[in-house]
Parts: sequence; structure tokens; C-alpha cells
Amino acid sequence: MQTSLGSPTLSAIVSFLVIVAATLVVTYWAARRTRSTREFYAAGRSIKPFQNGLALAGDYMSAASFLGIAGLVALRGYDGMIYATGWLVGWPALMFLIAEPLRNLGKFTFADVVAFRLRQVPVRIAAAFGGILTLIFYVLAQMVGAGNLITLMFGLRYEWAVIIVGGVMLAYVLFGGMIATTWVQIIKAILLLFGVTLLTLLVLAKFQFSPGQLYAAVAGRYGQAALEPGGLVSDPVDAISLGLALMFGLLGLPHILMRFYTVPDARAARSSVLYATGFIGYFYLIIPIVGFGASALVGREIIRKVDSGGNMAAPLVAELLGGTPFLGFIAAVAFATILAVVAGLTLAGASALSHDIFTHAIRKGHATEYEQIRVARLATVAFGLVAVVLGILFKGQNVAFMVGLAFAIAASGNFPALLLSIVWARFNTAGAVCSIVTGALLAVVLIVLSPTIWVDLLHHPAAIFPLRNPAIVSMPVGFLTGIIASLATREPEAEARFHDEKLRTYLGIGAE
Amino acid sequence: MKFVASAAGRPRNSAFSIQHSAFLYDSPVQNRAVLDSVEFRDLVARRWRISLALTALLFILYYGYIILIATNRQLVSRPVSGATTTGILIAAGVIAGAWVLTAAYVVWANRHYDPAAAQLRARAEKR
Repeated sequence: MQTSLGSPTLSAIVSFLVIVAATLVVTYWAARRTRSTREFYAAGRSIKPFQNGLALAGDYMSAASFLGIAGLVALRGYDGMIYATGWLVGWPALMFLIAEPLRNLGKFTFADVVAFRLRQVPVRIAAAFGGILTLIFYVLAQMVGAGNLITLMFGLRYEWAVIIVGGVMLAYVLFGGMIATTWVQIIKAILLLFGVTLLTLLVLAKFQFSPGQLYAAVAGRYGQAALEPGGLVSDPVDAISLGLALMFGLLGLPHILMRFYTVPDARAARSSVLYATGFIGYFYLIIPIVGFGASALVGREIIRKVDSGGNMAAPLVAELLGGTPFLGFIAAVAFATILAVVAGLTLAGASALSHDIFTHAIRKGHATEYEQIRVARLATVAFGLVAVVLGILFKGQNVAFMVGLAFAIAASGNFPALLLSIVWARFNTAGAVCSIVTGALLAVVLIVLSPTIWVDLLHHPAAIFPLRNPAIVSMPVGFLTGIIASLATREPEAEARFHDEKLRTYLGIGAE
Repeated sequence: MKFVASAAGRPRNSAFSIQHSAFLYDSPVQNRAVLDSVEFRDLVARRWRISLALTALLFILYYGYIILIATNRQLVSRPVSGATTTGILIAAGVIAGAWVLTAAYVVWANRHYDPAAAQLRARAEKR
């Protein structure tokens, strides 16, 4: 099969320019509506539940899910489907445990909730640390992925790809804040869902619209083993640990949690999760069909030859079935996907730096609106520059594990403190700080000692920590340190306020 | 509507951005009464019972699926019709099930939680 992947085709460039132009027009429109911190961080709390559901989906479905899972299914068959389910199951948990109290208690960041009745300065600093650590690993994986993918698809130099992503994303966030970011994520979610639906239909059309015939074709070519579990769950403890990180990591991802402040109230937050779960579930339901279609129609050998990780499976099958124009469209969609996710990450990073660190830890809550907005924009530029520089520094490095690391930090550092602060009266400042710092650092240390880094990257003969995913250890430790440190200290004021806080948590009285 | 009203009533300066709004410190008598009422306590307890029950179902659904793959590979690999394996159907079922659990919570909360919370809120805000 001849492919025009890797050389800039007219359709790819036109699709790309149309998407960038459209999102910049949206940014211009949003910039005129972004004056206050409420608008910059939370889009004036005016986003509709359906819109927020799409934006959450756009914030969450990264290029790793689109290209990565399609590739995993194409090369490793059923194991890719197991992996895909793990990416969805956090959403119901987010709904049951966090979504509504988060919306009622907070203002702009998840640290608002953790710090609500505790001592502001230490808790804000700890929560910003956990949040920024999560975001840095996440954004680094996105940037390196972006550089590689754009090089593969457009033939652009890696450094230029990273700089373009950084520059366009900075324009969105800097000028249009949360309003622009929301609409970029909505546009991206629609494009991605539309593109993958079309791709799925084109694949199924080759098999008389019968998934059974598609599976038969895959089995005919690669054996029945392609439709059976392979090596992914060979170690159930590791598989459950990965599942825990994916499920509860979502509940500690700052850029996802931040989106709940863009809707007017808890009821709207609840509806947005249902819409988001619907869109994301639909996506993970059909993406394996694209992957299986790629292995049946394009073939694993060609997919692997173009990119050994399988990331080009979806673009290759798009080119086979829809020609160069469709390939160009899918490539541009992948690009938009990266932009939307990176914009969400940058806005969350900026809010942790400016709202949590500057306004609450440094200025003790006394900063004028003008100052806050200025610092928020400076923090946006700072975070964006760090992302670009890290992206370039880590060129050629294997960063696939970093998204898993970000989820593990979020599940072990941010999530326990967030949940305990909502449900447990005795939880206090010492508990929050210990829980976040211990959980987050332990996740990092265990990953370094795990086979993923210790053996695969550092080439030691045996790993010190046996599991590839640390969450099954680090998340319980995050909870335990939070509980022990709280029980070891008393903070009567925090306990008294917990009682009052309940009216806001459960009835929304006094909610922003 | 709600947004417009609250935006207009909010001072544009900043000291307001501190977390704790005034009601926490001089919480009116009726707030106390609502906090201590049986209805409020029951509502909160019921909310967590339902959330935790649904979380337990989610655990059974997802971790049950992982453990099934780890322990009973034959079952997951068994073809149902043609080449399609039970594993493929189960994976689709896990995704659909996760959405159904989410929807179940929303239906319960919209039908039962919100009206009860609105009543309690009205009682607390009556001055």
C-alpha cells in the first residue's frame, strides 16, 4: 500500500488551516467576553450541561486514546479493548463520589474544595504541588506525542510541531481563557466523534455492516488469538492497579475537575457527566472497530512499518478507505485533539499557579481582580513555555508511561485529599498536606523503581518494585497518611466548619 | 437567568474572592435548624447510600471483568457466533453498563434528591 503519510498533502493542510482559523475566530470572540477571573477560569459559569459534556469529552479524549487505542487493537487485538474500557470507568465514579460536592464547594480549582475549611496557605501549596505535578507529566506526554505525530503525518520538523502546538494553544488560553478553551474542546469533540464515526462506517461497509464478519476477517488473517485476551492481564494485580489509577486518577485530574465550575449549579454538573460519559463511552465502543478494521484491511505488517507503536493504524485505514482527502481530515482532527487537550492542561496549570499560589498562598486572598487576571495570564505563558521546552528536551524519549504516571499521581495524591475533605469531619490541614505530598511522591518513586523505568529505561536487570502501575499501593497510602496525620493532630475550627459546610455541599446554599 | 442575577449582584473587586462567604460565620438560626433536622440528615445519608451502592456495582462490573479475564480465559475466549468471542460482548457490556449506572444516578438525583434539597433550601433561606 502506498501512503501519503508523512508528506504534507493539500487536504491535510487545508483541513488543518480551516480548523486553526475557526478556533482562532472563536478565541477572538471569546477574548471580548473574558474580563473577570470568573470568565477567565470558569467561562462565567454560563456553559450548558450538553456543551460541558462535549467539552469534558474533548478535554479527556487525547490523541493517545484516538490513535493509541486504535493502534493497540490493530496490533494486539482484544487487549486493546480491555485497555479502552479502563478509560471510561472513572466517569461513573466521578459522578457518584465527587462531581456535585466539587461544584458546590469550589470556585475555580479543586484546591478550593480541599482548602475550604482548612488553613489556606499550606493546603493551597500542597494541592497546587499535586495538581501541577500531575499536569506537567500529562502535558509532557502530550507535547512529545504531538511532535512525533505531526512529524509522522505532515512531515514537519519535530521542534516546529511542538512550537506550533504551543503557540496556537497559548493564543486560545491567553486571550480567550476558559470560554475559548471550552469551545475549542467542543469543536474538537464534535470533529473527533464525527471523524471516528465516519471511519467506523467506512470499515463496516467493507463487511456488509456486520461486526461479526469483520471479526471473522481478523481471525482469518491473524488467528482467533486476535479476539482473545493476550498478555495485558497476565498479572491480575498489575491490571487492577492500572484500573485503579485510570478510574480514580480521573477524580484527581485538575483540568477535568476545573470544568465543573463552568456550569451554573450541581444539577448541571451532574447532567454534564452523563453527557460526557455517553460521548466517551460511544467513542471507546467504536474505536476498536477502527483498530480491527485497520488490521484486517491494512495489515499489521504495514502498520508496524510506518510506526512501531501502531499509532498510524487509524490514519492508514482512513487513507485506504477514504483516500488522501479523508486522511488529511483525520490528520487535522488528531492535531485539533492535541490542541484542545493541551489548552485544558495549560489553563488548569495557570489556575493552580495564579489562583492557588498567588492569590491565596501569597496574597492571602487579597488581590484585586485586575492583578489576578494579569497573574493568570503570566502563569499561562509560563506554563505554556515550560510545556514547549520540556516537549523539545524530551524529543525521542519514551514518554508513553507518563500519562499513566499522571493518572497514578492524581489517584494517589489529589483524589484522597479531595474525597476526605468532602466526607470526613476530622480531616484537617496536616492530613491534607501529608496525604497529597506522600501520595504524589510515592507514585513517582514507585514508577521509577518499577519495570517501566528501572528495567526498560535504565536497563537494570530487575525491578525493585514489581508492578508497572503503582496505584494499588500508593493510593491506599495516600488515604492512610491523610487519616493518620488528621487523627494525630486537632484542628477544632476545621471540624466546626465541616458542619456548616454541609449546607453548601448538599444543598448548594452559598455556592459560587 | 441565575448566572445573570448573580453576576450583577457580585462586587467586581476582589477581596470577595476569599473562600468563606459570610453565611458560615453568622449562620442564621434556620440554617442550624435545617442542619440538625431529620430530613437533612436522612437526605445526606440516602445520597451516600445510593452513591456507594452504585460505586460497588461499578467495582463489580469493571474489576469483575478484569478478574474474569485473569482467572477464566476459556470463558472470555469462547466464540459466541462465528469468530466473535464472549470477551468482545462483555467489553461492550462493561462500557454500556458504566453508562447505565451513571444514568441511574442522574434519574434518582433528578427525581428524588433535587426536590428534597429544594425544600430544605427554601426552609434555610426563609428569613
